[in-house]
Amino acid sequence: MLVQNIFFWVLAVAMVLAAIGVVRSQNVVHSALYLVVVMAGAAAQYILLAAEFVAWVQVIIYIGAVIILFLFGIMLTRAPMHGDTNLDNDQRWQAAVVSLFLAGVLGTLLVQEFGKKEIAISGVKGEQLLEVGQAKTLADSIFTAYIVPFEVVSILLLAALVGAVVIARRD
Amino acid sequence: MILNQFLILAAILFCIGVYGVLARRNGVLVLMSVELMLNAVNLNLIAFSAYLRETAGEVFALFVITIAAAEVGVGLAIVLLIYRNLHSPDLDHVEQLKG
Repeated sequence: MLVQNIFFWVLAVAMVLAAIGVVRSQNVVHSALYLVVVMAGAAAQYILLAAEFVAWVQVIIYIGAVIILFLFGIMLTRAPMHGDTNLDNDQRWQAAVVSLFLAGVLGTLLVQEFGKKEIAISGVKGEQLLEVGQAKTLADSIFTAYIVPFEVVSILLLAALVGAVVIARRD
Repeated sequence: MILNQFLILAAILFCIGVYGVLARRNGVLVLMSVELMLNAVNLNLIAFSAYLRETAGEVFALFVITIAAAEVGVGLAIVLLIYRNLHSPDLDHVEQLKG
């Protein structure tokens, strides 16, 4: 339990610092690379929570595909690379106030509601090992209870693909 | 591990994402901040799934990941279109509804 906590805090600090880097960096490519750190940290947190399948899907789809898409977007829009133009607009202070207020509200609510509730991952107190994250359990669930949403998502992906092609095509 | 440490980490990441969406000017960076927020929500789903020992959270996390990929595809196509029409990816320049 202690080792997991140490890993959690190291990852959490890295993720928060990298997330601040994503929104504060004045270089677009650096922002994309900070986003890689956040997503890899999130995948590691999923592994801490025994969600192995989602962790690897996160690595493949986010770090593998989405970041590449972002880098292509940066390249195609010829974003300024050397920080010569300002990437932020002039509502920085209002945005900081809004997000700090939201953080305060969410933090208070979470502390009040969930206090010190424990996640039982390993069988320390004799409970069963956590099986919900295993690929087998997840596949059973997706292909029985959630088969209709699964098919709907595949149609939605097709629609998004066609839509992206139609929007970005040169006429 | 207690449940709250994951939930509060996710809340902090979400708030940083909100700041990014509000304060960034470049369209690609706004999309990156949206991804940050989606990741925070995924962390919440996985934490609750482990806490409740229920598979539904992880299934929905997978759906969120899929939707996020589709959203980035369409979003970047829109940013590309904005860049092509206005010669700048800055969202501040998008102020007319009429083309």
